[in-house]
Amino acid sequence: MIGAFAINTVASFGRASIFLFQIILGFKDVILRSSLLIKELYSVGVLSLLIIVFSATFVGMVLSLLGYVTLVDFGAESSLGVLVALSLIRELGPVLSALLFSGRAGSALTAEIGLMKATEQLASMEMMAVDPIRRIISPRFFAGLISLPLLTLLFMGIGIYSGYMVGSVWLGVDEGSFWSQMQSKVDFRGDVVNGLIKSVVFGFVVTWIALYQGYNAYPTSEGVSRATTNSVVYSALAVLGLDFLLTALMFM
Amino acid sequence: MGSSRKTEITVGAFVLMALLAFVYLALNVSNLTGFSSDKGYQVSASFDNIGGLSKRAKVTLSGVAVGRVIDISYDKETFRAKVTMRINSDVNYLPTDTQASIYTSGLLGEQYISLEPGAEDDVLKDSSQLDITQSALVLEELIGKFMSSFMSKKE
Repeated sequence: MIGAFAINTVASFGRASIFLFQIILGFKDVILRSSLLIKELYSVGVLSLLIIVFSATFVGMVLSLLGYVTLVDFGAESSLGVLVALSLIRELGPVLSALLFSGRAGSALTAEIGLMKATEQLASMEMMAVDPIRRIISPRFFAGLISLPLLTLLFMGIGIYSGYMVGSVWLGVDEGSFWSQMQSKVDFRGDVVNGLIKSVVFGFVVTWIALYQGYNAYPTSEGVSRATTNSVVYSALAVLGLDFLLTALMFM
Repeated sequence: MGSSRKTEITVGAFVLMALLAFVYLALNVSNLTGFSSDKGYQVSASFDNIGGLSKRAKVTLSGVAVGRVIDISYDKETFRAKVTMRINSDVNYLPTDTQASIYTSGLLGEQYISLEPGAEDDVLKDSSQLDITQSALVLEELIGKFMSSFMSKKE
């Protein structure tokens, strides 16, 4: 029982890796047919904008509010900008965007591909000598890989700005020290670029899991629904686990 | 072709917005600034000890921010720290014997430079030097002095 489970797990890792390799081989076709990539960038990236902008606004506001309540006791509310910017850039921006992205775009990718498989669209493409991995999967993978870092950048920027709105405009923290302390403590290479690296890794993993789950789903309605659930759950676990590893590597 | 054109435009706007956010993070949030937008004049001052003063720290006049520290270096001729600050051009009435002191805002706050105007008639101009300075208060030094005076009194 345990042995079968272990072998199945190893086998599915192997399948997923071979799948990933085939996707990356399709990179050439994505370059040659950029219109497919742009269409996927729209459905994966642009359609996720609304939830990202909304969450970023409220996360920044809450962060600023709670940070102020704690810092004002120590007379250190001028450090509010540092607190908001560092937590958004290092941690919350990449992680929350990745989680929202897996819920908004990842699940949609899984369901779409799972349903394509269930209705035998993928099989009929193969019959027409069109490789479904190159035609369907690769553009979606690269669209996800590009979209998540862009969404994360927006998340960070909007979060910091809404934190500034609450902290400086509403609660009255000095505007100059809010920005100047932030600028003196936030390092471009050490913080912004590392946050961006995190989000590239998350984009890679989340899209990979979503596509693999869809491609590997049982071709029934129950199978597609299970694949969608798995896609979100595994993505969340992978993002949180990888986040700890990356944080330990980057900021220790 | 119509819907595809619309897609292209929205994707383009999305990418541009993200790039804009990146530039904002680089220039406004982190310390990656190659250019400073405010014009003003530069004044330098030498300190025995600048404590934790850093670039971009505030320069104030009775608590009103009038400029920023733009450069900190060590002067090997005088063996003192040389702080260059940029003062807004509308503050053009500071006497030449203005005193510069380094203070800390709040208990855990950042350090800043406070200027106290003197009584001379001549005013500070670009690249002039402040002669009267007061160093940052270093807590360990202060405790050390206090301890030694305390010990000598006891004997």
